[in-house]
Amino acid sequence: MVVGSPLLALSITVLMGIALFLMVGKDPLKGLLVFFYEPIKNSYALTELTIKASPLILIGLGLAIAYRANVWNIGAEGQYILGAIFAAGVSLTADKQTGRWILLVIFFAAIFGGMLWAAITALLRDRFNANEILVSLMLVYIAQMLLSYLVYGPWKDPEGFNFPQTKTFDAVTQLPRLIEGFRMNISVVIVVLTVIVVYLFIFRSFAGYQLQVTGLAPRAAQYAGFSSRKMLWIALLVSGGLAGLAGGLEVAGPLNQLTPHVPAGYGFAAIIVAFIGRLHPVGVVLSGLLISMFYIGGELAQSRLVMPRALTGVFQGLMLFNLLACDTLIHYRLKKIKGSKQSRDSLKKIQVQA
Amino acid sequence: MRARLQLSGISKRYGSLWANAGIDLTVSPGEIHALLGENGAGKSTLMKIIYGMVKPDAGQISFEGKLVDIQNPRHARSLGIAMVFQHFSLFENLTVAENICLGLDKSFSLKQVRHRMDEITEQYGLELQAQAYVHSLSVGERQRVEIVRALLMNPKLLILDEPTSVLTPQAVQKLFVTLRQLASQGCSILYISHKLDEIPQLCQHCTILRAGKVIAEVNPQQESRASLSRLMMGEEPSQCAAVHSPGGGFTRLVVNSLTLPKAHQFGVDLQNICFELRSGEILGVAGVSGNGQSELLSALSGEDRRATPESIVLNSKPIGGTWPKERRALGLGFVPEERLGRSAVPTLSLADNVLLTDNTSERVVYGWIKRKAVAAQARAIINQYHVKAANEYAAAASLSGGNLQKFVVGREVMQLPQVLIVSQPTWGVDVNSAAIIHQELRLLRDKGCAILLVSEELEELFQLCDRLVVIAKGRFSPIIKSSDATVEQIGQWMSGLWPQPQAILKEEHATA
Repeated sequence: MVVGSPLLALSITVLMGIALFLMVGKDPLKGLLVFFYEPIKNSYALTELTIKASPLILIGLGLAIAYRANVWNIGAEGQYILGAIFAAGVSLTADKQTGRWILLVIFFAAIFGGMLWAAITALLRDRFNANEILVSLMLVYIAQMLLSYLVYGPWKDPEGFNFPQTKTFDAVTQLPRLIEGFRMNISVVIVVLTVIVVYLFIFRSFAGYQLQVTGLAPRAAQYAGFSSRKMLWIALLVSGGLAGLAGGLEVAGPLNQLTPHVPAGYGFAAIIVAFIGRLHPVGVVLSGLLISMFYIGGELAQSRLVMPRALTGVFQGLMLFNLLACDTLIHYRLKKIKGSKQSRDSLKKIQVQA
Repeated sequence: MRARLQLSGISKRYGSLWANAGIDLTVSPGEIHALLGENGAGKSTLMKIIYGMVKPDAGQISFEGKLVDIQNPRHARSLGIAMVFQHFSLFENLTVAENICLGLDKSFSLKQVRHRMDEITEQYGLELQAQAYVHSLSVGERQRVEIVRALLMNPKLLILDEPTSVLTPQAVQKLFVTLRQLASQGCSILYISHKLDEIPQLCQHCTILRAGKVIAEVNPQQESRASLSRLMMGEEPSQCAAVHSPGGGFTRLVVNSLTLPKAHQFGVDLQNICFELRSGEILGVAGVSGNGQSELLSALSGEDRRATPESIVLNSKPIGGTWPKERRALGLGFVPEERLGRSAVPTLSLADNVLLTDNTSERVVYGWIKRKAVAAQARAIINQYHVKAANEYAAAASLSGGNLQKFVVGREVMQLPQVLIVSQPTWGVDVNSAAIIHQELRLLRDKGCAILLVSEELEELFQLCDRLVVIAKGRFSPIIKSSDATVEQIGQWMSGLWPQPQAILKEEHATA
């Protein structure tokens, strides 16, 4: 059931995709190839896939931890933006003399930025019992405003022809690439290490155990004496920190500058990644790869099929919707209840007696 | 006479387990028929089949001489089968009449319901206020709401699932009067229980189930307690040692005028609770549930840390505001009544559940879980307490109530507590497991542990405890030796009527 449901959901999504292509008069085979074959057809495509998948997996891992603790951090997108802003802030200070060590500062600044943003949610929840779903979601919009303010204002590139963007960062702040000729960079290594650490945290550490008990059975956590406040903070700081790191890696990787288009919806897509991955670190890696295929497929669909890029969102949505439906319908069955003659009769009987 | 209900060859299989294997059962009109069996014997499955909640794999059901295929509970109710469940389904913030109205298959006016309700309550002597809010009712009254709801349908067959598990002795007798009256008017009653004492009082027919099969059909009034239990379990239950007098050891736990306002709307205020618990004794707390037991237990366990530090003193250290972990380190163990979701996490394995309270340096080093040590501890508990489980990686929810309770008790006892607080240790637990748990508590007491036992079962309290106290409306009665107490006296105290402290003092002076 754990693995079956996502696979079933994927096949239904594919079927619905075929129907969708047929309805708009496109060749469904061509459509499927764009989404499911093009992104993995050769080594270049595969390395591009890792660039898309890295932030999704990083954020998804953090969210998996938070959701296991029943802490509903919906605002990873905002934490991702803050991570990008903090990383950019550090990158802007670099000049010709700066050494490679600045990358480490960028990483830590990005993590700190994401944690800071998540901490606002944690504080409001802890102090005033404000709903963390709403608070973290609304903080996304504030983060976007903050980003806009910076790129339209103080951080705008003086030589940028008045475009809302920072100057491109110094080469020293850029992540080293793994293989000559490919854009794939060391963020892949960071992701792999994070997967291992998160796995150990969830399944081997006592803190991870406490976090899960708090999520699975709050009364048992109370009985055992685990502090639900502490768990709330851990869940939000870890998920915020990882989202921030993802933002930092984007800035130090493919983006190379800050623009209003930094938020690409990774923070929201990662919610789907976490759930399709069943909140398991290995599952998150697989589902992160799948969702990034949708991203790349959506972009290709524009040029190859002349279809809107919104197709990415449609596929993501279908996938999540189908997963939820599969999970529910595997455990429950729809049953038609007839207003039977029997119950009408028994009603009459009662009324007569009354 | 035509049988009201006749089952023949009813079978139901879950996976490799036959919950029911070819069960035959006949209930005549106006008969009170007991269905006796341990937890897991197949009673519940059989009831669910009769009430249409579960489809049998094989077998036939005839009702009033007609072969029926019961589709669902609604169908069962329309035939005239009503059921009162062990766990009530009532809305606490609605009135009795509103609750009854909601439970009926089709809506009709509140006025009609109230009218009909008054007739029934009068006819059967069931005291119940239609306008009272359910949260203000005692457990016994809540059960009456369920019974009235069932009677409103004029059932021909009433199924009662362990109805006395939450009642005071007096309330049990009241219930029996109602049931006898119902039966005399021709209603058949199927009475499910694992309590051996009450069945001869009520029934002339008793079907005994074991491992999904009918073992015997007997007249319980011609059987002894021992013969019934032999039939039910296939062996003699381990005999209970006689109650022995208080050890009079060191004072382990002192509660000084513990007063706590209720934490939520439907809670109970604790008022001036005082007692001392000494090593080598079991102090029993009797009372109808909802009289402050859960509030007292939370304050003692550390789940509720609002108490002033000095109001709870454990081994001479004030602990009123400390966390459960600190209290455990000082030698306090706690077994709450809810197993799934409180003393155990249902979806986690038994090994993982060990860690819930047993997480000292032997199991967790620098924040890392020592998997092997945890699994070994789980295996040790399983072996020592005869827990029936596939292995230490079985999910807690997959165990039967009795086995999980043995596991939880074992987990706490193996940490060698100096004070053990136990609440309803045999609630929903089969007779065999209950005997093992009782024996374990006695052994622990004899080794010098101080035990506080909160229970609603007077039989259990009288069997085990050296001293008894009653809690009612958040107050403690005077504490008396259980050898001086009678069931009637405790029953009366449970409704809050106990002599004032001066009177007790005088009595003691008089006897001295």
